[in-house]
Amino acid sequence: MAFPDQIRDIFQQELEGLREAGIFKEERIICAPQDSEIEVEFPAGSESKRVINMCANNYLGLSSHPEVIEAARRGLDARGYGMSSVRFICGTQDIHKELEKKLTEFLGTEDTILFPSCMDANAGVFEALLNESDVMISDRLVHASIVDGMRLCKAQTDTFKHSDMGHLEEKLQLHASARVKVIITDGSFSMDGDLAKLDQIVSLAEKYGALVFLDDSHASGFIGKTGRGTHEHCGVMGKIDIITTTLGKALGGASGGCVSGRGELVEMCRQRARPYLFSNTIPPVVVSGAIAVLDLISRSTERRDKLEENTDFWRKGLIEAGFILKPGETPIVPVMLFNAKLSQDFARELFREGVYAVGFFFPVVPKGQARIRTQLSAAHERRQLEKALDAFIKAGKKFDVLGLSKQEIIEKYGN
Amino acid sequence: MAETKDIILDYVKREYLEEDDDREVGYDTPLISGGIVDSFSMVSLKRFLENRYSIQIPDAKASPEAFDTVNNILDLLKEFKVG
Repeated sequence: MAFPDQIRDIFQQELEGLREAGIFKEERIICAPQDSEIEVEFPAGSESKRVINMCANNYLGLSSHPEVIEAARRGLDARGYGMSSVRFICGTQDIHKELEKKLTEFLGTEDTILFPSCMDANAGVFEALLNESDVMISDRLVHASIVDGMRLCKAQTDTFKHSDMGHLEEKLQLHASARVKVIITDGSFSMDGDLAKLDQIVSLAEKYGALVFLDDSHASGFIGKTGRGTHEHCGVMGKIDIITTTLGKALGGASGGCVSGRGELVEMCRQRARPYLFSNTIPPVVVSGAIAVLDLISRSTERRDKLEENTDFWRKGLIEAGFILKPGETPIVPVMLFNAKLSQDFARELFREGVYAVGFFFPVVPKGQARIRTQLSAAHERRQLEKALDAFIKAGKKFDVLGLSKQEIIEKYGN
Repeated sequence: MAETKDIILDYVKREYLEEDDDREVGYDTPLISGGIVDSFSMVSLKRFLENRYSIQIPDAKASPEAFDTVNNILDLLKEFKVG
């Protein structure tokens, strides 16, 4: 097969450019089931090391839960491995319908359609519903998959400053004449860990006759008193027109996503959403595991309650130690270091101390906003969090950032 | 009365910069290619100009290049006898 040198050179140069820019991504190889402690090879090929995992989206600790594994195993036996078909030809089993019904009940909506991932749900939903006469008005910090979905849609686009309700209202007034106006937001924002002001967004939507779209991927299963999501937390259950969420984080962590909401809108996705029409849906084994997850968390709030306690302990511990955190109440806890190199050096030091957390910097977060993003899990035991906290404090002392203000850290390390 | 380019620059800063964003933005600062204005948000700038100067800018003329700097926007507005 021809792969001429001049073409190889083009891509080698592009890859080199990524390395030089410091944005070349490397995978850490995990040699264990996903959990609060994992065996990690880093760099790949080196001897694996047991570390406390502070960077998984395994919020409820269900990724390797015995009840979920057992249900998945039973599903594999009962419904096989693959579907070899898209949904509307011969790719829909009884368990797919059962999972959709359970998600509808859990999220408090009218109907639900499964997608291979939430990335696919977001990529397909806007194009399926909207046309040139409509407008999508999104928070400026929504997830990349929403941005991609908006790009694929012919409706007009506009944005409002992150969680700025005055700015959103201006935009609703500006686009008053659009056929359909959709306000688009994440529930819990994945980089900062803050929650959308969903009650105020719903009020504005009602005032201006707009729809509300919510991506609740970093909230479904644990935000709100019974874990239904940001709409439960904000007291607006039943008032969100379109919710997308994932089964790849708190809800078992395997894969899959959905669009859940008003019956007509979900039906339009069944008719028109391309990732639903042109790819297989979630395999039976994952569907069976996800059903078990929903049963488990509908039975008891024990796991989301423990996650809340862990989050509280972790936030308080870091603040008392003198770190600067992004304020919030979610299990996404960003430890602000501001300087990109410092965030990388700090993460390496943590790894040496047996804690796995990742440093994020521009372009993933704005310039001068580098941080270590930590994420809590219900699977974390108190002793693990205490050990992780010790490692943070030790690294904090080594880099001499404890108790310093943002300005002082920037003066020391630059931004 | 403020000059047209200052009116546009002021709008760009208010509309697209966050409160804690201390980036310097001037008449020749790349707005779109520089990541200050994303393609989804360009519509606000277009609508602002149309409302402020009572003009209609055809979509074909509202290209990312034409909107990339305040000075480029001034050149565009001259076609509509503004400025």
